[in-house]
Amino acid sequence: MTSSSFSRSSPPAALVDRPVIDWVLLVAIASVAAVYVRAIAFTPIEARQGAVQKLYYLHFPTALGAYIAVGVTALTSIVFLWLHDERADRLAEASAEVGAMFLLVVMAMGSIWAHVIWGTWWAWWDPRLSLTLFLWFVVIAYLVLRGAIEDPAQRGRYSAVLGILGALLIPFIHLSVYFTDAHLHPMPIVAKPDKPSLPPEMLLTFLLSFAAFTLLTVALIRARYRIGVQRDLLAAMDESGGGA
Amino acid sequence: MTDRADLQPPGVLAAAWLVVRKDLAIEYRTRTAFLSAVVFSILGLTIFYFAWDQSVVAPGDRAPGVLWVVLTFSALLGLQRSFGIEEHDRGIDALLVSPISRESIYLGKAIGNLAFLSAVQLVAIPALVLFYNLRLGQPLLIVSGIVFLAMLGIVAVGTLFSAMAVNTRLAELLLPMLSLPFFVPILMNAAQAGARVFAGRPMSESLAELKILIAFDIVFIIACTLAFPFTLEE
Repeated sequence: MTSSSFSRSSPPAALVDRPVIDWVLLVAIASVAAVYVRAIAFTPIEARQGAVQKLYYLHFPTALGAYIAVGVTALTSIVFLWLHDERADRLAEASAEVGAMFLLVVMAMGSIWAHVIWGTWWAWWDPRLSLTLFLWFVVIAYLVLRGAIEDPAQRGRYSAVLGILGALLIPFIHLSVYFTDAHLHPMPIVAKPDKPSLPPEMLLTFLLSFAAFTLLTVALIRARYRIGVQRDLLAAMDESGGGA
Repeated sequence: MTDRADLQPPGVLAAAWLVVRKDLAIEYRTRTAFLSAVVFSILGLTIFYFAWDQSVVAPGDRAPGVLWVVLTFSALLGLQRSFGIEEHDRGIDALLVSPISRESIYLGKAIGNLAFLSAVQLVAIPALVLFYNLRLGQPLLIVSGIVFLAMLGIVAVGTLFSAMAVNTRLAELLLPMLSLPFFVPILMNAAQAGARVFAGRPMSESLAELKILIAFDIVFIIACTLAFPFTLEE
């Protein structure tokens, strides 16, 4: 830091104009909390599984959020290699971080549920569990790669390449893990051809939880994206400030 | 003076072959990577022999698993070096200014890595047969074929990641982290098909795994060839 950094009269407007409170994120967190109050207090307990079934209202929607986030990373990776737009790179970074966190939540909730219902914390024979774990490894590698490169243009290209190859990898992992005959994972209840076979209160809680977590996913990606914008602005200021 | 006709740039495959020859010549003269990968493989075979209770799991039942673990990690040793040697004296710059396409550099590096890894396996697989008392015969030949299919995929992905990893702050630490998740479907299918062949079951039971393996090789050889130019400095 040189003294010129401190003597600058006014920082760029973009750094000042940012609203201090992230309302979208607050609304998202509040709706997740509301869904959980409903899930715990106002939704019937499942007859055979008992209270542990309530993890479903966290497990399914976070899985959806994780898939949205990872999908956004793959798409924005393609966009970045195509248009070289730094916004695409920042969006890819933001959604990869959110995806990594959600995948971890999905696995943790699944693991707790499996401990009660299957009697084991981890089940290698369950294809979806293995798929989620390997997907998580790819996302973590993506984030570590980003952290290991200083030059923004190079970081953008490398991580976009990894993002696209990772998207190509998913079908292969899917094919490989589904080869085992054991399908222990609960089969679709809501999205099956005929009518959903669960009580209307549960169905409503599910739909609300999907909505709340989709909002949370978008809000977290947005918040993380804005941190990226600030960070890049700050880096640009440091560079120009050092020379002044 | 040289004849102007000689100065035509070589075609994609001819240029790739020049890169292969360059890399293999360096390896032939130094032999550092080859010897360390061979010694590593044999050490791995012996360590894994003692990693299980001999009275519970028979050596013959362990052999297929040991084969894949040793193959994976010796591959990482070779892949590390593939672009590592170009960093010394910035050899990669000379490759980039030479009149050959970037795809040729990738294909040349990948073929060189495949040759390197095959040579290591030519020592490691006989050592496995020796140490684990495997029977010679048709199953071993089929498993060697599966090993080759697996190596194609490993080399396709690993060569690209080697080029990326050397340009990062973490360098050699990053390559396994990037590559291993991509090796998962290769190893899962190759190991399952291989174990069945070793157990004397007919090939027809493993066709699905082999199809996935071949599809992986095709998809990732094409994808990584196309992606490679993006990993080089502009």
